[in-house]
Parts: sequence; C-alpha cells; structure tokens
Amino acid sequence: MGLILSEDQLILRDMAKSFCDEKSPVERMRALRDTRDETGFTRELWKEMGELGWIGILLPEDVGGADMGYAELGIVLEQCGRVLAPEPFVSTVLLGGNAILLGGSEPLQKDLLPDVCSGDRILALAFQEQGRFAPYAVETRATRDGAGFRLRGEKQFVLDGHVADQIVTVARTAGQAGERDGLSLFVVDATTKGVAIQRTQMVDGRNAARIRLDDANVDSERVLGEIDGGADLLDPVFDRATIGLCAEMLGSFEEAFERTLEYLKTREQFGVKIGTFQALRHRAAHMFGELEFARSIVRDALSSIDDGRDDVAECASSAKARCSDVAALIGGEAVQMHGGIGMTDEEEIGLFFKRLKAAEFTLGDATYHRDRYASLRGY
Amino acid sequence: MASIEEFKQEVRSWVDENLPAELRVGNRRDLPGEPLGRWIQALASRGWITPQWPTEYGGGGLDRKHAAALMAELRAVRAPIIGSFGTSMLGPTLLEFGTEEQKQEFLPPISRHEIKWCQGYSEPGAGSDLASLQTRAALEGDEYVITGQKIWTTGADKADWIFCLVRTDPDASKHDGISFILFPMHQPGVEVSPLRLIDGSADFSQVFFDGARAKAKHVVGPVNGGWTVAKRLLQHERSTDGGSEGGITGAMKETLVDVVKREVGLEAGALADPAIRQRLAAQEMEARALSLTMRRAGEEARAGQTTRDIGSLGKYRWANMVKNEQDIAMTALGSQGLGWEGPGFEDGQLERTRAWLSTRADSIWGGTNEVQLNVIAKRVLLIPE
Ligand SMILES: Cc1cc2nc3c(=O)[nH]c(=O)nc-3n(C[C@H](O)[C@H](O)[C@H](O)COP(=O)(O)OP(=O)(O)OC[C@H]3O[C@@H](n4cnc5c(N)ncnc54)[C@H](O)[C@@H]3O)c2cc1C
Repeated sequence: MGLILSEDQLILRDMAKSFCDEKSPVERMRALRDTRDETGFTRELWKEMGELGWIGILLPEDVGGADMGYAELGIVLEQCGRVLAPEPFVSTVLLGGNAILLGGSEPLQKDLLPDVCSGDRILALAFQEQGRFAPYAVETRATRDGAGFRLRGEKQFVLDGHVADQIVTVARTAGQAGERDGLSLFVVDATTKGVAIQRTQMVDGRNAARIRLDDANVDSERVLGEIDGGADLLDPVFDRATIGLCAEMLGSFEEAFERTLEYLKTREQFGVKIGTFQALRHRAAHMFGELEFARSIVRDALSSIDDGRDDVAECASSAKARCSDVAALIGGEAVQMHGGIGMTDEEEIGLFFKRLKAAEFTLGDATYHRDRYASLRGY
Repeated sequence: MASIEEFKQEVRSWVDENLPAELRVGNRRDLPGEPLGRWIQALASRGWITPQWPTEYGGGGLDRKHAAALMAELRAVRAPIIGSFGTSMLGPTLLEFGTEEQKQEFLPPISRHEIKWCQGYSEPGAGSDLASLQTRAALEGDEYVITGQKIWTTGADKADWIFCLVRTDPDASKHDGISFILFPMHQPGVEVSPLRLIDGSADFSQVFFDGARAKAKHVVGPVNGGWTVAKRLLQHERSTDGGSEGGITGAMKETLVDVVKREVGLEAGALADPAIRQRLAAQEMEARALSLTMRRAGEEARAGQTTRDIGSLGKYRWANMVKNEQDIAMTALGSQGLGWEGPGFEDGQLERTRAWLSTRADSIWGGTNEVQLNVIAKRVLLIPE
C-alpha cells in the first residue's frame, strides 16, 4: 500500500465497515462489559472473522491464512476501532500470532496456527511485569530442567490472558532485569500445571490477566527464536503489534472525532450551535489536523512492514508516539466538548475515551516511543 | 517522455555540468552572484524553473512525476531552488485565469526569473479581513488610476511589477467590488518605504499609490470579480510552503540535530538533556508526518478519493513546525542564542537567532494561524458559523 488505498483495499474497507456496523455496534461491547461476560468478546463473531480470513490475514496459506499484508490488516483493525470491537486481534494476531510466525519452528507453526486462523485458538503474549511498558524489564526466570525449561515469575496486563489457550511467555534465561540480552520466549499451554491465571477487568471493558508461573514446565520444542536472544524476536513483534494497534486507534479517533463534530453542529447554547464558538472551532480544526497526521503516519508504518523497509522500528515509534498523544487529545476533547453528558456512562463517547486511554499506554506511551525514536536516530 | 529513471540520469549528468560546487549549499541568501546567475540561466534554458508549465510559456512541460523527480534530484545535491512570487503564486493563477495575451506577456519572463513581482494584498486596515481593502482604481480611458496604500509588501523595494488587489466598485458589497490587477512599480505615483523587521532585515515595505497607472487589459479575471482570483492565489501561496516541502529547514549552516548534539552533548549516546531529546524526536516526527500528509492529500486528490483542500492545514502545521525548529535550537543554544552581532558568537549561532526571529512571521503571512484554523473549521469540517 502506498499512502492511499487501492481499489481492492477500498472494497475491503467497505466490507469491513458494514460488517462491523451490522454485527458489532458499540452496544455489543457495552453489553459484554455490563454482563461481565466471561470471555469479554464474542466467540461466534471471532470465528466469523476467521471465516472472512481476517484473523489469518498475515499468515501463509498453508496454515490457513490469507497471506495478505499489514495494509489489509490495518484496514480491518481500523474498522474494529470505530466500533470498539473487543475481539482479540492484539493478543492473538499481533502479539502471540506474530511471535509464533516470526520465531516458531515449522512444526510448531503447523501445529498451532491453523486453529488460530479459524478462531478456535486464542493466544496471548505475557511479557509485562510492571505498570509502565518496559520490554526488557523481565525478572521471570526460565531454568533448564531435563529436556525443557521450568518457568517461575509473575506477569501482568496479559491481554486476553484469561481465555488464551497458549501463552507466549517471555522469561529470562540469563542476565538481569532491564538487560536486552538473556531473554527467551516460550509457548506455554494455559493448562500447564503451575500456571495460575487471574482475570483482570480493565477500564476499557476489555480483559487482561495476571499470570503466576510456579515452576511451570515447558518443552524445548516450544521455544520461539533463540535462547538468550529473545529480544531479537520480541523487538519486531512489538513493532508490528504497535503499528497494528495504531491502526485500531485510528478508527477510534475517527469515530470519536466525528461524533464530537456532529455534537458541535447540533447542540445549542446561548441560542446558537456550540460549533459557532471560535474557541471550539479552532480546537476542532486542530484535532482534525492531528487525526490526518496520525492517518498518514499509520499508513506509512503499515507499508513499511509490507515493503520490507529498514525503518519499521522508527515508523512504529513515530506512529505510537503520535497516536498516544492523539488518543489523549481526541479522547479528552471529545468528553469536554460533550459537556456533562460526556461524563455519563450512558453516552458512548466515554467508552471511546476509556478505550483510547488503555490503547495510549499499551505497548508504550508517547514518552517511551519518543525516547526510543531518539535512540534509533542516534541521539 | 523518458522513463523516470532515465530522466533522473539525465538530470544528474546535466547537474554535474551546470552546477558548480560553491552553489551546492542549499537556498542560502549569501550565494555568489555570478555563478548563481549562470545557474538560473541554465535552469531557465530547460524550462526547469517552472518545470510543469507548458513549454510555450517557458516551462519545462513535465508531468507531475517528472517534475517531482527533477526537484528530488536538485534537492539531493543541495542545489539552489529558484522560486518567487511569480513562479509559485502569480504564474499558476495566470495559467488558470489569465487571457492568452496576458499569459504570453507575463509567463515567459517569470519562467526565466527576469521580472520580480510583489504581492499587493494587505493594507493597514485590511489584514486578516482582506476583503475590506480600500485602495481605489478608477477607469480613465484604457487605464486605471490607482490611489491608496499597501503594507507588508514583501520585496516591494526590489520589485519590477506588482499584482494588486484594488477596489473598482466602491458601491458594491465588500467582496464584489474588487479587481486583481497588474502594473509596474517603476512609475510616478508609486512610492516605496521599507519597514524594518524584528530580525533586523527590511524585506517588506509600505507602498503608497498616488495616481499610479495600470492598463485596463491587465486586469486578471473579470473586473469586480477579483476576489475569486485573489483567493485562488492564496491557495497557491499556502500550498507553496505548507505543502510541498515539509521538512526541517535545509538552508541553515547546520542541521537542527547537529546543533542540538553539539550544544547539549551526548552521554552514553543519548542527549544529556532528556527533555530536549523528546522535543527533537517530536520535531523530526512532525516533519515527516507533515510531508507524508501533504503527499497523501495530493495522491487522494489525483485518485479522485477526495475533493477537500487541506492547504490551510499544511500552512498551519508547517508554520508551527518551522517556528518550533528554531525554538528548539534556541533552547539548545541558551545565551549563545541571544547574540545580535559582533564577536563572541559563531556565524551558525547568529544565524539561528535571526531565523528564530524571522520564522515568527510564518504563522502570520499568507493568512495567520488563526485564519487557517477558521478556514479548516468552515471549509473542511463544514461547521456552520
Ligand atoms: C513577513 C511577512 C510578509 C508579508 N508579506 C506580504 C506581502 O508580500 N503582501 C501582502 O499583501 N501582505 C503580506 N504580509 C501581510 C500578511 O498577509 C498579514 O500580516 C496577515 O494577513 C495578517 O494581517 P494583519 O497583519 O493586519 O493582522 P490582523 O489581521 O490585524 O491580525 C491580528 C491578530 O488577530 C488575529 N485575528 C484576526 N482576525 C481574526 C479572526 N477572524 N479570528 C481569530 N483571530 C483573528 C490574527 O490571527 C492575529 O493574531 C506579510 C506579513 C508578514 C509578517
């Protein structure tokens, strides 16, 4: 993809849009939240997305994938973002799926990925151990034990970890927390003895998990990438996942912005539409600019992966730094410009606000990514 | 037309022949005059000052892709890019609204960079509210007689001609009595009085008209229909800088990254001041986002995917970006950025100080930031007023 969508991509977009509007209006997400739904998303819908080829959109055909690119995945994610669909793209496709795709042996891929594509298998990536995103701050240990490894430690904010069948777990086989070297990745079956999973309900209505690993055993066939060299796998996985997440965020920006704009054009105070107030007009115009800039950066980042460019990492950080800032801007302005009604649970704009905050912090906030970008640029 | 690759090859060898090393420093003000003159002539002989204009008017006759390739090649070797009010604003407007006779008369000299133009829009009482302008033009035979005053007219003291907004029907409503007219600056009845700016330069002037004359055939577009022409020219003005370039200013002695690295210093590979490091990263990201956005807007327009014009967004963001670049440089320089002239400061430092001052104008000329935001809210977001 270039910066604009091709004919085929426009068709995919329209299809994804009508699918999401029809099958997944924002009320669905609200209902899942209000009923404290055990899964947190709709399995049938996820399988339908599988049938449409969306889950395996990046994966090769021999494991049931559609063998398309990030451009296409980005289009789907953007539409999901518009309706706040909580289906497990980030956990299963972007994080877990990418880790297995980029770092798994062929037999492991053949074993695990077909059921992922169909929507029958949910994946997660367990890496985070503290509140702020810090990819190498891993204390969880993996020690050799016979033909495999024994894992011990605690993870948090494992997206969809409460329903994941396989949990790709980052553990330290050497070195100290904070060091890039010495990490390794393991595919841990959720039913393994010694794995304790606690569901955590998040502010955006989605679910994550705290996971305790109490001497959980994992076979050495289930290692992804190189032992001690896990960061070489983790980095590209995070870059890709970050860019995908930004595409989802873009959809939420668009919807939150459009709804706010509509409100400016309809709500009246002082006998006039509030959109006539210049203070609001200027802020709306500024938001529009940020939204357009985010769109350009996200499209460029998606194509940096598809085109095999060597600046994927810079693009990922550039995209997430921008999108995290825009999330705070558009989310905050959306609530503010709605006034009191924006504070009510009944008004959907608040759901966007909360999802955007969660996405802002997921995989690194703006400060983290500017810092990383500076390092990549040599200053 | 040659393939893009062949064409680039051709440009490269042509540049090798025609561009001396001393000019390969970007668009600086202090370029040596004689080699610069030869470079301008060489460019003009190919029509490459105005690469996309038709060859019959002195242009290069290139399509967009070839013109973009040409510019990319020229920028790659930091060749001085020759542009003016004529090439970027008046020319495109004449191509759209001018009569055949006007095009024949005015376009070729612009494409050769021979005639200097200035823009007579703003008046003391008509800035953002441009349509309230009062300068009068009264028809006498086949000439208009012009009385009134313009202000902030960039380059008026050096200009040969002016494109000017004048009121030809004082009784019509604000937007309806305006005409867009061309006339020479060197004539009785035109007086230019330069104004000094905060950066010490005196690039713009007050211009007084007292019986200056313009030929009636030099009205561009319909008489009293000049507002449409004027607005279109403003679109070109806004897209010139906001649109096409979008990058960290190339013409400084040192790049921003180099200035910051030198002044702030690196510790273990990272700038010693984490706050400025964040700002620098944000600035580089912003520059890239701007140029991607303007490129995307162009591609979408050409693909028929949108009809909206985001030129105002480009101008607004570009202005903020170039100002911010100098703000960051100033923060890095500290008191070394506060020098005015004389010993104690390096050229590169003094240059940054002046650039910090002069770039304040970028959110004012061509429509202030506030005006651009007004335009976006009204024309792009369609929020009723
Ligand atoms: C370096 C430079 C070069 C220039 N070159 C030329 C030139 O060659 N030819 C030419 O004709 N003009 C030129 N100008 C003039 C320029 O176009 C005007 O300065 C500009 O349009 C603003 O008008 P003004 O100065 O009268 O400010 P004003 O319009 O008086 O504005 C003062 C302040 O009020 C704000 N404001 C005004 N109206 C509104 C509104 N509706 N909503 C919100 N805020 C508003 C403005 O944004 C600004 O902050 C140049 C200006 C500069 C700085």
